[in-house]
Amino acid sequence: MEFFRIKKDIPFMSYGRFTTAISLVTFIAAVLLLATRGLHFGIDFTGGTVMEVHYGHIVDIEKIRSSLKSIPDVSVQNFGTSQDVLIRLPLKANVSGARESEIVLSALKGEDPSAQMRRVEFVGPQVGKELVANGSLALLLVSLGIMGYLAIRFEWRFALAAIIANLHDVVIILGFFSFFQWEFSLPVLAAVLAVLGYSVNESVVVFDRIRENFRTMRKSTVPEIINNAITRTMSRTVITHGCTQLMVTSMLFFGGAALHYFALALTIGILFGIYSSVLVASPIVMWLGVSRADFVKPEKRAEAG
Amino acid sequence: MNRYPLWKNALIALVLVAGLIYSLPNLFGESPAVQISSTTGSAKVDTALVTRVENMLKSANLQDTGVYLDPATLKVRFKSTDTQLKAKDVLQNQLGQDYVVALNLVSRSPAWLQSLGALPMYLGLDLRGGVHFLMQVDMKAAVTMAMDRNLGEIRADLRDGDIHYSGIMRQGDEIDIKFPDKDSADKASSEISKQFPDLLLTGSGSGSEYGVTLTLKPAAVKSIQDFAIQQNITTLRNRVNELGVAEPIIQQQGADRVVVELPGVQDTAKAKDILGRTATLEIHMVDDEHDLKAAIAGEVPFGDELLKDRDGNPILVKKNVVLTGEHINDAKPGFDNRTNEAAVHINLDSTGSRIFKQITADNVGKRMAILLIDRGRAEVVTAPVIREEIGGGRVQISGHMTTSEAHDVALLLRAGALAAPMEIIEERTVGPSLGADNISKGFDSTLFGFIAISIFMTIYYLAFGLVSVVALGANLLLLVAVLSISQATLTLPGMAGIALTLGMAIDANVLINERIRDELRNGVSPQAAINAGYERAFGTIMDSNITTLIAGMALFIFGSGPVKGFAFVLCLGILTSMFSAVLVSRAIINFAYGRRRVAKLLIG
Repeated sequence: MEFFRIKKDIPFMSYGRFTTAISLVTFIAAVLLLATRGLHFGIDFTGGTVMEVHYGHIVDIEKIRSSLKSIPDVSVQNFGTSQDVLIRLPLKANVSGARESEIVLSALKGEDPSAQMRRVEFVGPQVGKELVANGSLALLLVSLGIMGYLAIRFEWRFALAAIIANLHDVVIILGFFSFFQWEFSLPVLAAVLAVLGYSVNESVVVFDRIRENFRTMRKSTVPEIINNAITRTMSRTVITHGCTQLMVTSMLFFGGAALHYFALALTIGILFGIYSSVLVASPIVMWLGVSRADFVKPEKRAEAG
Repeated sequence: MNRYPLWKNALIALVLVAGLIYSLPNLFGESPAVQISSTTGSAKVDTALVTRVENMLKSANLQDTGVYLDPATLKVRFKSTDTQLKAKDVLQNQLGQDYVVALNLVSRSPAWLQSLGALPMYLGLDLRGGVHFLMQVDMKAAVTMAMDRNLGEIRADLRDGDIHYSGIMRQGDEIDIKFPDKDSADKASSEISKQFPDLLLTGSGSGSEYGVTLTLKPAAVKSIQDFAIQQNITTLRNRVNELGVAEPIIQQQGADRVVVELPGVQDTAKAKDILGRTATLEIHMVDDEHDLKAAIAGEVPFGDELLKDRDGNPILVKKNVVLTGEHINDAKPGFDNRTNEAAVHINLDSTGSRIFKQITADNVGKRMAILLIDRGRAEVVTAPVIREEIGGGRVQISGHMTTSEAHDVALLLRAGALAAPMEIIEERTVGPSLGADNISKGFDSTLFGFIAISIFMTIYYLAFGLVSVVALGANLLLLVAVLSISQATLTLPGMAGIALTLGMAIDANVLINERIRDELRNGVSPQAAINAGYERAFGTIMDSNITTLIAGMALFIFGSGPVKGFAFVLCLGILTSMFSAVLVSRAIINFAYGRRRVAKLLIG
């Protein structure tokens, strides 16, 4: 079986303006969303308490809310099933956060003995700040590391193009999380960074072909070379991402609530990763003015592809 | 062509067999068990205990499935958690307070696997259930407390030396002393610099007021802080031991934090209570006048208490409290400067010093007992003979101690209280049912994803797809084996990492298969196409894996807790996938196609 039996190269580069325009629009929309609505940060970053409580029967959220009336700013919602509730408490200045979960649980148990604690997470303010700092630092380090590697392995234009394309993915993932106000937690951040490393692969594979083509297709123009490289790697791109997506979809369906947003971030990242590394990175490389002379060095230093 | 030399095939086979053996324990699962360990030096965990425990279980009609003795602990396996819980209660009641009986899980794998050191993966708290605390030690308070102690001692010193001062107070981390004349100030300065080498003196003043400001030397601040965290860890460890947790983790994290992980603990309220509690020290007089044997027989004299020392020997102690541990500022192991014997040096505060001086003056030749009272249970840490009246608050306990005993006693005297206040700044508690849920969800995600990929790859690439699937299976096997061998903590994000790595690892095989098709399209012969496909795809595989590896390593360095686990699995999976996707799949292809003339490849 074969999905892509393409005889002629698809002129991707002539769509360059169009695809870049789409990217630009989504990118700007994402940035605007992030600026206006912001992210719905999980307690990993904001600090606070989250409790998951399981009941032996279907629960009435309103009843739970009223039994927790004495505790200010408490939010109660269903979680996963109709027998599970998620209770959130923000950080408070004077109360020891670690104690608060016990107060809530004893209040709930007093009301309904079938209440059973499934999970408690409490994050103090200092920890949240550190996680934000470490997260940003990790993002920076990943970007620099990948750029450095691509610059050594290929050329600075490729490095720049790849990192622009992939940071554009990251911003779009964040844009989705902002638009739907999905909870941005530590595992989501991990997913975003993993996507960053993963979708750069895509650019690498295309760049590899471009470099090879510069050596083999001596008579072709730069856009022709890039079109050929993209067309010939397209089958692999779609199949690889499809397989990874199969796994991620499985996580989305079977992984439960704990892995839900993690898998969601990966899904968006993978889908936009295909698009951006092919249709964003390559035009940028072209516009940055890559030429045959950058790769076809004097005979002595030529290496086998 | 397309044949691996024998050594290469043998190596691949060897790695796979090792992978199989070391991932095998995960299939056997774990059975409920109780773990018995000793709390005191006198209660031994030995074969005698094994028979005792076996008899206790037999008389309680509880069936165990095996008793295992390792150097420090005794583990008893049971069929069901029900028996396990019953057995725990029975054993704890009968063994008494000298032993800790904790619930645990023990690998069910056969003995030959265990003898190879093959263990199942170490599950994190989000998978097995338990409590994770991150505690912040208040370092500023540690320094302030140290300065408060110094303040009290200096005040007593000045009073003893008849040096006049008009005022002494602590301001922040400084002590300011005011003197009415220069003479007193000079005398005090020389006395203080002699007695308190950790303090830095700066004099100031003119006219009628002379002042001296004392600050801690930077090295002293550091040693106070290091000491504070060490002592807090020691205290926490002692307390956790009493919770009866099978495999607690108590570790320093960074300069001023302590991680406490208590697998299997459900009652967080109790855990927090015990971790936050302060044990107390008391000094009593020993009653050597009454008959100890009669007391052991049950006739404890009025106003006395029969206690045990660290070695389990009975000792008769008066109930009247002479001094409480609040008055102990510090205890350090050291040496008696006359006899050069190991000793413990104790520093009392000014009130303590006064009481102590009085007591020792009245009781020369008698014994005093230092008691550690924890959860209402008293134990005699040490019971030295009073040789002479002791003033000045500097007490030395010596005689019949080894240096390590002196160290232990000093530690115990200090461990009574925390050196600095601690606060829980992060808590993650996962109930056991959620833990089990998480395992099955993580497992299902991986399983169904794997099946989906297998079906697709086999349909799309036929024989080569099947080989890719086998290689992917080998990758999973190796990944699980390495995780089992390294005993790295596997968390739910870690399980997601396994699934994701598998989804990404198939990329290498897709690259190879696409290259082979490419070569075939260009009219290359099947054998040459296989060779070229593998050779030329390798560079690309390397490149794409390295970028993911960079991301994984950054996550590992900066990630905390669950994210670190994910990053570890991601990095590991990339490395194992390089082996399985390239070498294992090639070896299989070589076996299938390598030794013969091939007209057509079954690659779809």
